[in-house]
Amino acid sequence: MLDTPLINDLSICVATENGSGSASSNNILFKAIFKMGIPCSSKNMFPSNIQGLPTWYQIRANADGYLSRKDVIDVMVMFNDATAAKDIYRVRDGGIILYDDSTPLSPTLKRDGVQYIGFPANKLVAKLVPASPLRAKQRNMVYVGALAYLFGIDMSVIKAVLEDTFGKKPAVIESNLVCIDAGYQYCKEQNFKQNIARLEPIPNGNKGKIITEGNTAAAIGAVYGGASVICWYPITPSSSLAESMEYYLPRLRKQVDGKKAYAIVQAEDEIASASMIVGAGWAGARSMTSTSGPGVSLMNESIGLAYYAEIPCVFFIIQRGGPSTGLPTRTQQADISLMYGASHGDTRHILLIPHDMNSCFDFARQSFNYADRFQAPVFVAMDLDLGMNLWSSEPLKLNAEQYDWGKRLSAQDLDEWTKAGKKFRRYFDQDGDGIPYRTVPGNENRLASFFTRGSGHDADAKYSEDEHDYKYILDRLKKKHDTARKFVPKPIIEKERGVKTGIICYGSSYEPVREARDRLKARGLKTNHMLIRALPLTSEVRDFIAEHDTVYLVEQNRDAQMAAIIKDEMPELGAKLTSILVYNGLPVTAGEVVQQIFEAAKTAKTA
Amino acid sequence: MAEAAKINRLNMTEKEYDGAPSTMCKGCGHDAISASVQRAYWESSIDPRKVVKLSGIGCSSKTPAYFMSQSFGFNAVHGRMSAVATGANLANHTLMPIGVSGDGDTSAIGLGNFCHMMRRNVNITYIIENNGVYGLTKGQFSATADVGSVMKGGKVNDIPAIDLAELAITLGATYIARSFSGDRKQLAPLVQGALAHKGSAILDVISPCVTFNNHEGSTKSLKYVKGHLDPIHDLDFVPPYENIEADYDEGTDHEVKMHDGSRIVLHKLGKDYDPTNKANAIQAIHASIAEGKFLTGLIFYNPNRKSFTDELGLCDMPLADLGQDMLQPPVEALERINSDLMK
Repeated sequence: MLDTPLINDLSICVATENGSGSASSNNILFKAIFKMGIPCSSKNMFPSNIQGLPTWYQIRANADGYLSRKDVIDVMVMFNDATAAKDIYRVRDGGIILYDDSTPLSPTLKRDGVQYIGFPANKLVAKLVPASPLRAKQRNMVYVGALAYLFGIDMSVIKAVLEDTFGKKPAVIESNLVCIDAGYQYCKEQNFKQNIARLEPIPNGNKGKIITEGNTAAAIGAVYGGASVICWYPITPSSSLAESMEYYLPRLRKQVDGKKAYAIVQAEDEIASASMIVGAGWAGARSMTSTSGPGVSLMNESIGLAYYAEIPCVFFIIQRGGPSTGLPTRTQQADISLMYGASHGDTRHILLIPHDMNSCFDFARQSFNYADRFQAPVFVAMDLDLGMNLWSSEPLKLNAEQYDWGKRLSAQDLDEWTKAGKKFRRYFDQDGDGIPYRTVPGNENRLASFFTRGSGHDADAKYSEDEHDYKYILDRLKKKHDTARKFVPKPIIEKERGVKTGIICYGSSYEPVREARDRLKARGLKTNHMLIRALPLTSEVRDFIAEHDTVYLVEQNRDAQMAAIIKDEMPELGAKLTSILVYNGLPVTAGEVVQQIFEAAKTAKTA
Repeated sequence: MAEAAKINRLNMTEKEYDGAPSTMCKGCGHDAISASVQRAYWESSIDPRKVVKLSGIGCSSKTPAYFMSQSFGFNAVHGRMSAVATGANLANHTLMPIGVSGDGDTSAIGLGNFCHMMRRNVNITYIIENNGVYGLTKGQFSATADVGSVMKGGKVNDIPAIDLAELAITLGATYIARSFSGDRKQLAPLVQGALAHKGSAILDVISPCVTFNNHEGSTKSLKYVKGHLDPIHDLDFVPPYENIEADYDEGTDHEVKMHDGSRIVLHKLGKDYDPTNKANAIQAIHASIAEGKFLTGLIFYNPNRKSFTDELGLCDMPLADLGQDMLQPPVEALERINSDLMK
């Protein structure tokens, strides 16, 4: 035990089993901490299973606003017998194990250096809830009460959360409150003490802040971005994005006559959903799908078609553990190369890579502008940690920028072109930027129509196997990609003069790296930082690496996929990169980054 | 003085419905189908600029380039045309999609997407140019090849064919017809009916392949012809066949001799046949298969089921034409969302 408790710096891990109803309890606990004004985040580490397999929910409350998964667990709610033997060793020395002592604790589950707090959750619930399937679920509410007592969450805050959550169901509020209160009162009566951490309200601490998941933020962004044909196939961890759109579209895009200004279709498979959005993009709608790695594998053919036939469409990719089925419910950033070069032949795509809730929202909105501007498939590259975990965030902010429909010619535009003696040539580089002009079906100008195909074609969209025609299109597509380099979101760079060590990361690694940099600084290593937010790489990436002696590149994959892209495109700078790789399927912690950087630095010194 | 060309209600001649010159083998049934399709659009006075032509991969999938150049065309990837057409239909439900596909594209690689397109009753005229073989890859069996049919190399098919008309009826398509490429008198009106129908209109059209349906012993087989030619001719030589024509009365049978010497029997449905009865339609197909005949005509018709876009309740203006004012919700709505997410 510490002499003095840490104030507002706590990690709680709840170990239960899938389908036990713990999601509600964990949500209440998390929201209560948020309501107290303490910055917090949660990581749901769940199995690919409906019922019965182990699941962990880790909350971090941190007054300094660090939102990545904490390296250590301060308190473990040990509610799953199947994992108890491992769970006790996941708690830090001096930490707490909270368990249900309705049945005696096996001696094998005892360990030195931690504090055991037992309370009879089963017995308490048995008294309060009639025998029913609900009783097992209510058991989880009891630990919410116990934790509230132990760490200082006021019951009035819990009550307020219940009212926010179940406002229209007073009976549900009451039944939950009774069980939570039972846990609270029991611990109070037993006068349980702990001295590791206290949670104290921070007045206005989370004022104006929201809590959301990246998939929700992206779904709202896609609605604001004008997505009107959404075709998807269920797959973890992306389903909740499309499901959120099913929730928000009727609310946000109402027609006075009740008709829909959108179509959302659950397709028969990923191949169909990708093909549908290609058809819709070709016909002029802002179209999108959401999927994860296995879906991208299936969608490859359509992605290649959209690239070569130059059809705008957006792919939201929520990455999970691969290869193959991999770890369907764990997080990774291992589909970067798959997305960047998706499909056969020479292909290169545009990736927007959000790192927080607001960029999930904004990039989702902007992705349709990029797709239309570049007449190409665009990937919004997220991951499970961003997409399915709760994050406290600044409210979603709407960029006032007008929609960019790109070089899309109306019937009237074509008339004007004709008067000016200009000819519409579908695949011709009129402006020298690699981006051709397009017309969409329904354009009534007699000169508008053309034939789209994934086979070789010339600048006029005519079928051609001519070597010059083929090379012209391939080279122009490359030029288009280079034009995109100038338009995609630039990296965010934080640097101080004289600092010669850089860290690069992207996506959900941002939070742990932000915290890691503070820790490194405290230990004497100052670093500059660059957050990559898109592919293709922009010139700022080159400059940043060139300016530093050593650059650590943090990625959540085994093969250093972003490093490979950088080395491929900027081979002269490759030697400066040292990869920091975390790919165990769990959200990265700052400690993992710090440790690997120190180890790499030590190796470099001794070498 | 030359006679003035006939014009339709749009003041357009049939020539204005022309496409690029065909690259099909001479005598290919697909060209005859293209001609019937072109005639049907012209006769129905449909503005080609309102039509989108979609296809997948294969000989048949090349054909949309050979009619109605004023329409937008999309030769997509193998087997995925049904889904691509579904997406295009969602984006702009005021356009009239026509899908042209082959038996490989539809009954094998694209079977799943084809089934779901019909299940949704997507508004499309979908023509299967059915010859039982993969032409572009030189003669492999497709899933509609009949039991006993022989591949170029002598291999005999022993797996029963998928009957696409029966499948279409079962899965919810609402206009199902079968015809023969050379029977323009029957085919063109069936296409016209399909164009007028709102929902999935499936036309399974038997379309002889001049190049790969070879039977041993046929004097018209490619092998026979090659045996009587100068050996320096390359293996892809295609003999100059004529289109096979068929013209026969309702309710009667008609035997057609194919390019390879084989024979098929077509049975044209009679006037007393009721195409709105699903059970009868399926039974009629089964009976014709048992008798070794191909039933032709409008086999099933359901005018009452809503098309997919009608069922979805899409707004009148095509989704593709909606501007930012229609698509982007107001900023105040985002404030409400933010406030909900604070709880």
